[in-house]
Amino acid sequence: MMDSAILDAFFEECEDLLVALSDGLADMREGLADDETLNAVFRSVHSIKGAAGAFSLEDVVGFAHIFETVLDDVRSKKLATDEALLRVLQRAGDILADLVDAARDDLPADRDQVDPVLRELESFLSTDDLVKEEFVFEALTLSFDTRDSGSEFEVSFHPSAEFYAAGNDPALFISALHDLGPCTVQVETVKLPTDLADFDWTKGYLTWHVVVADQKNDLAIREIFEFADDLCALKVHETTKDDPQPDVMSLPEEVETVPEPDLEPAQAARPSTQKASKKSASTLRVDPERVDRLINAVGELIINQSVISQRIEEASLPNSSELYGDLDNYKLLAREIQEGVMAIRAQPVKPLFQRMLRIAREAADATGKDVNLVTEGEATEVDKIVVERLADPLTHMIRNAIDHGIEKPEERAKTDKPATGTLRLTASQRSGSIVIEIIDDGQGLNRERIKEIAVSKGLISADAQLSAQEIDHLLFAPGFSTATEVTNLSGRGVGMDVVKTAITALGGRIAINSIAGQGTTFSITLPLTLAVMDGMIIHVGGQTMVVPITSILETIRPASTDLAQIGLDNQLLRIRGDYVPIIDLAERFGVTPQSASLTDRVLLLIQTESVSQCAIAVDDIVDQRQVVVKSMQGTYGQITGISGATILGDGKIALIIDPDAIAAGQGNALSAHIRAQKEDAYATT
Amino acid sequence: MQRHDNSKAEKHIEFVTLVAGGQSFCIEITQIREIRRWSPVTHLPHSPSYVLGVINLRGAVVPILDLAAKLGFSAITPTERHVIIITAIDDRIVGLLVESVSEILGVQADMVRETPRTKEDASAIAVAGIIPVGDDMIKIISLDALLPTTLATAA
Repeated sequence: MMDSAILDAFFEECEDLLVALSDGLADMREGLADDETLNAVFRSVHSIKGAAGAFSLEDVVGFAHIFETVLDDVRSKKLATDEALLRVLQRAGDILADLVDAARDDLPADRDQVDPVLRELESFLSTDDLVKEEFVFEALTLSFDTRDSGSEFEVSFHPSAEFYAAGNDPALFISALHDLGPCTVQVETVKLPTDLADFDWTKGYLTWHVVVADQKNDLAIREIFEFADDLCALKVHETTKDDPQPDVMSLPEEVETVPEPDLEPAQAARPSTQKASKKSASTLRVDPERVDRLINAVGELIINQSVISQRIEEASLPNSSELYGDLDNYKLLAREIQEGVMAIRAQPVKPLFQRMLRIAREAADATGKDVNLVTEGEATEVDKIVVERLADPLTHMIRNAIDHGIEKPEERAKTDKPATGTLRLTASQRSGSIVIEIIDDGQGLNRERIKEIAVSKGLISADAQLSAQEIDHLLFAPGFSTATEVTNLSGRGVGMDVVKTAITALGGRIAINSIAGQGTTFSITLPLTLAVMDGMIIHVGGQTMVVPITSILETIRPASTDLAQIGLDNQLLRIRGDYVPIIDLAERFGVTPQSASLTDRVLLLIQTESVSQCAIAVDDIVDQRQVVVKSMQGTYGQITGISGATILGDGKIALIIDPDAIAAGQGNALSAHIRAQKEDAYATT
Repeated sequence: MQRHDNSKAEKHIEFVTLVAGGQSFCIEITQIREIRRWSPVTHLPHSPSYVLGVINLRGAVVPILDLAAKLGFSAITPTERHVIIITAIDDRIVGLLVESVSEILGVQADMVRETPRTKEDASAIAVAGIIPVGDDMIKIISLDALLPTTLATAA
């Protein structure tokens, strides 16, 4: 039990270290690195090696060791940092990450991947290093047997008044340390008052310095102090003789400051709880399930809030009633709680993007293309689930962009583009949504080819007249894959439709913008939170539905002069000199509108990805409020034009409209085709 | 079919008998979550005719199917007297609208007869076996066959 907890902590720490490593290597490659960067890189590898040694993860240790030796040579300027070396170092960073991943999943290392890189690393080492390496490696192996090859750790701890008040006895701690290995104990008495009259027996005046020998790492030591962590000022550091830089081994949380000596001990204890704020105190590790439970409860709270609002409305109280003010406060509080809870789940996209850097390098290597992946907006925070579920779609899209988008170097040479292709992965927050873009400077989509394939796969009929955007959207059609030959990389039969499904499941949408010869941009728009969204409650033909606020630009009650017509029943809305198509929601959903005349109804002007703008005609707008999104994916499946459902204050279900799908459905041959297919599918079940 | 074979190994099986499209059917009791009165549904656009809509079942969105229509009989016009059987297959919860629910029928596993081979129409596919009860014959509905997972993935 304990072991697995420590192991988990190790992997979590590895993740941080790998991020630091990858950052440092990227900086080195861009020539931004100074000695400190190099040290940081070295430290990361060294710490991973050290900790992995403690868990006998030999694959990781072995690889990290060679890696570290090369880095050490770089650090001591024995090796020149040329492009070739940096390339290998970066690959080695990826392999190390893979090895850690493999160890986490308890899988054997992929020797086919590891060995070539290992050999390349070794090729940079002189024979001297290799001999030294043998020796050090021996030493490490021995340390598994906990013989006298471990490092020495100096533990300094200064118990505070609270420490004693809680009934702790320093002697027990020292004896526990003694159990770990041979100890030398010293006590520092400088803080003892010289005048006995000043002596306060409740306070702690003593600081112990214990040197524990034969330790693999400081985990066991920290474990002893775990429950007294905030009751005493604790410092653990390694005092290895053969390591001139003691800070090399130190973990981030050890930047603890010892309390100022002139402070009273009781006060000194307080900074000790804050001092770790550098890292450990600023983050809190919580079981995600607890957060989920809280989120569910908040979801219920919001439903409950709308129930109460509705009840109060029905009670038709006088307008002056104070209850309305209280109700508004309640709403605000509920929203605040909800935002707070969502913020707990928010995570920066950085680790995700870093993974993509690896994917991009691997893909570039596999295709023999020269690609530089630039990431932007790594600090953008998204719901944890989104980060997790985006990994696969992004991987797929990055691979696609490199495999299909960016041209081979010789082809690029024929154009005026630089030989190295650039792939940009950006994240940004735009009014209530997160936008992630993948932008390549490749050849752009080959629309002729896409259309041919779609015809040959029976997705569209040969004579279908499609706009450029509609053709682009064919990429997302199920069963579509542009790869002429199935490459190792992309084109495994799962195509962009899987990407689209994954993104739709997250409540997001995806758009393509491609210019022939200049590149393709995929933009993914995701809601900030999954569980709750702002919606406009509308009525359509007796049904209550919800339209996401984020897609509504404005609401219009049209005058008859604002309306125009094309053909028999293609309505247009004139707005500020532009004409936008009007989509009748009632007609789309097969219900009867309250009034046939558009002037009696309300138009919602919406911004969509496939059609630039369009107006959706609804019967009436009821309210604007937060709604809790319930997925229908699991119970029923997806419905064109509907992204989910929510429960209203009266307990009824209202469907949430997907404006993009509604807009895309407008005269779209593809969606009509898919609808027809779906009806077939139902007919056969 | 699978489910039925499994249950055959056990000695005693309990079924809930119901009437849909004027005929007697039954569903294994372990697949039934609860039985509730008809309440108005929220209609789903673009849905097949046998899908009545969705209801709010204590915070979950549950689709309601007209069992008679699904089995190829004429659709029920729901009234207060009709009953919704909430069934659970794996993680999926689906409500079935039926004309009435009659009783719980306990039978020995060997009483279940195989479905005679007939023309494969909508209801024959969904019948996993039959139980003779007196002069009557009650058909066992296989929810797996009735609601293939394609319902959820058809889009």
